[in-house]
Amino acid sequence: MLMVTLRFSILLAAIVAVPAFSQVDFSGEWSPLYHEDAPERLPGPELGDYTELPINAAARMRADSWDADRISVVEQYQCRPHGSDYSMRGLGNIRVWRAIDQTTQKTIAFHTHMLAWDSERTIYMDGRPHPPEYAAHTWQGFSTGVWEGNMLTITTTHLKENYIRRNGVPRSDQAIVTEHWMRHGDYLTVTTVIDDPVFLTEPLVRSDNWFLDPGQHIGIFGCEYAAELPRPEGTVPHHLPGTNPFLKEFAAWYGLPYEATRGGAETLYPEYRSKLGAYKPPEKCDRYCTCTTLFNCNLR
Amino acid sequence: MTNLRFFLAAALLAAGLRAQQSSSANTEIHVLPVQGNVHMLIGGGGNITVQTGKDGVLLVDTGLTNLAPKILAAIRAISDGPVRYIVNTHVHSDHIGGNEAFVKLGGASNLVPGEPRVIANLAVQERMAAPPTGTEAPVPGTLWPNDTYSTLYKDLFFNNEAIVVYHVPNAHTDGDSIVFFRRSDVVSTGDIFTPGRYPFVDLERGGSVQGLIAALNKVLEIAVPARYQEGGTFVIPGHGRLCDEADVVEYRDMVTIIRDRVQDLIKKGMTLEQVKAAKPSFDYDTQYSGSPDMFVESMYKSLKK
Repeated sequence: MLMVTLRFSILLAAIVAVPAFSQVDFSGEWSPLYHEDAPERLPGPELGDYTELPINAAARMRADSWDADRISVVEQYQCRPHGSDYSMRGLGNIRVWRAIDQTTQKTIAFHTHMLAWDSERTIYMDGRPHPPEYAAHTWQGFSTGVWEGNMLTITTTHLKENYIRRNGVPRSDQAIVTEHWMRHGDYLTVTTVIDDPVFLTEPLVRSDNWFLDPGQHIGIFGCEYAAELPRPEGTVPHHLPGTNPFLKEFAAWYGLPYEATRGGAETLYPEYRSKLGAYKPPEKCDRYCTCTTLFNCNLR
Repeated sequence: MTNLRFFLAAALLAAGLRAQQSSSANTEIHVLPVQGNVHMLIGGGGNITVQTGKDGVLLVDTGLTNLAPKILAAIRAISDGPVRYIVNTHVHSDHIGGNEAFVKLGGASNLVPGEPRVIANLAVQERMAAPPTGTEAPVPGTLWPNDTYSTLYKDLFFNNEAIVVYHVPNAHTDGDSIVFFRRSDVVSTGDIFTPGRYPFVDLERGGSVQGLIAALNKVLEIAVPARYQEGGTFVIPGHGRLCDEADVVEYRDMVTIIRDRVQDLIKKGMTLEQVKAAKPSFDYDTQYSGSPDMFVESMYKSLKK
């Protein structure tokens, strides 16, 4: 009898040790690594920098007319958070925890809390459908996840209109965002694919990385909007077409051909270099050359 | 030439409405709980707001005429109480079409004596009624409001809730009302706000771009978002999905920015054709349905007045 019990215990231990359906737990405190696209993500993107974005002409014109004063002058913008796709890019400290169905012991949802604007998101894992098209949209959108081996693939719809780069390049409320979450030990990689029929001519693919940081404490973000300037009711700062004086600064500062900074699918691929003809990159970096964390983004 | 184009545009719009009416057999009315006492009905023409409680049912707009039975069935899925009030946000047929059917619910069939009160701004009634020349009324008398107001606002208390009907002058038309449910914290806007489609500024019926922007700013004044600019006051638009303040901001900004561009082109002395050719709405055309040319034309004419 003792032998049978022992065998049963060993078998039970073996079952417990095998992750159910090869699923991975993403729970924990994750601190962002900013080695990719650091100048855009930390000090913030330069005005007129549309590089690496497969935008259409409408998105380009919208970004050209964008005036950063809008964030201050229009009160409703002052506490407006990033969309869940963009919040992975900046101030991306993240806490992840999961909800377990007590009866089946299956993961039925992941929850995330971001440093930026205390944004919280639920990623439903219980197979529920997305809401109808006439339901309200939110900054975080409505997310459902499925396992693809050890990778969690998340589909998000019902996003509010936001930006794909916070220098005015828009992302519409019709966008569908697909994320692939992959854990490699103490590192987390999330690849984000944005399909936006309104402003993109092909999907925008980006990746971001985090490391597990059990000592991380995400504080309260806090935000209160207030009228900061006397202005007529309904003022919406923007640049009239052809009048934005800042659009060529980025090309000048980084020694880039202006047309290459204007974005578009063509500029994403290596073949585009042949179109630049005699262009020669500057001999040395002159701006944001060391930017990899929040604290070393010196201009020079 | 311009008049001809406007006539054609109006004819296309009318044809669209007829098509909407004729395809109604397959139309499904969707019910979306909003918050508090308020639901939103989608699919019946313009959106319909339904407020329910112990006193009965209040409707904001009544959809298309031939969809009234389906709309009533959808309402009955929420409440079996009597329809006591209807508020018409404006004069267009996709928002007033069910008035007659719901007024006929009055009396015994409505469980309470008398017809439902059909509230609208006085300008709605004047647009519906026969002009002084004695010619036929544009809208049959059975669809007219029976409780008009001509002040800046009218309020009532129904289903344990204060309800304020604000007149927003010369916006989508000259008789627009927006309805604020104070306890439920929901605003029903009518067609001054149609997310995802360009606004129709009905110049023939007293609409104006400046009034439209003022009306949108009025909605922003009423709405209070919850945490981080989301939720809080919900906004039921004339057409399209359920929204909140942030969505109205995007829409108001769109109208304001295009207004500023058109105004600038007018200042430069451009004609209507030149303004259209300059495509001042180009960066919004992939996002908003409807004719950009019609929108720009209405804006140009409104600003030139």
